[in-house]
Amino acid sequence: MSQVSQLMTEARRRGELSPLLTAIPYARFLGLTASLEGTSVVCRLTYAEHLIGNPALPALHGGTVGALLESAAIFQLLWSQESKGVPKIITLTVDYLRSARPMDTLARAQVTRQGRRVASVRAIAWQEDEEKPVATANAHFLLSS
Amino acid sequence: MAESSEHNEQMAESSEHNERLERLDRAFSELIPHNRALGLRFVEYAPGEATMRLPYRDELVGDPSSGVLHGGAITALLDATSGAAVFLAMREPVPIATLDLRIDYLRPATPGIDVIARATCYRLTSNVAFVRAIAYHQGDEQKPVAASAGSFMVGTRGTWAFRASQEEQEGS
Repeated sequence: MSQVSQLMTEARRRGELSPLLTAIPYARFLGLTASLEGTSVVCRLTYAEHLIGNPALPALHGGTVGALLESAAIFQLLWSQESKGVPKIITLTVDYLRSARPMDTLARAQVTRQGRRVASVRAIAWQEDEEKPVATANAHFLLSS
Repeated sequence: MAESSEHNEQMAESSEHNERLERLDRAFSELIPHNRALGLRFVEYAPGEATMRLPYRDELVGDPSSGVLHGGAITALLDATSGAAVFLAMREPVPIATLDLRIDYLRPATPGIDVIARATCYRLTSNVAFVRAIAYHQGDEQKPVAASAGSFMVGTRGTWAFRASQEEQEGS
């Protein structure tokens, strides 16, 4: 946990999330990056062939879109200092609204309720138009104090 | 004689089962790029039921200080296994698409150990399939690391074609 708080301190000093992302093996595996728009974290899943789940369409694997939404929620919680350690995911509900085409996918999250122990987060993922999400998610996290 | 022919039948059934398992493993693990990237393998199948294994790999770790797998890898495993269970419930396979997936993360997966998912398609209609799944460590099925409930649209391409043909009729 101390490793994460050190990485967050470094990220804040530099005003960007890359120190944290490069330390997470799974984020590198997926090809996940993050940028800031004010206080909002925007995650990008850069398209690569290994993300495909339906080669016939083709469309991205539901698991990769779920991972993007979960990551957007975690990074938003970390960045807005709602959680000092890595928040532990309790539940995740993903609604798949459109098939995700073979191109970059973006996601952002909003903390809808912040309690002492639990945070509720809503995340959306889109491709060309944020008004036309490919998937949305609701997640609950256990916050580590 | 009777016993021996019964034995032969069982042997034939079991080799048929293993051959189909190999075909399923190839189709789901090798032809689907993300399943291949994760290293997913088909472990067992039955009508409406699929079991797949996610091998533990350092690349899939979400928290480097603990070595615990990222939730996203578990999500992908449950989604893939649930989809496979729908295919195994269908008489004639048609394309499907995940509609929603709800996952309960019951306990962290143990670092260094493979995760297995077993999914059951417990209701299949002409439009929608409903699937339940659990993810666990081998021999520890009573203490699953995650549980999921998902629904899938069935015959997605057919649906689009049907809608397109309707729109065409309405338009003319």
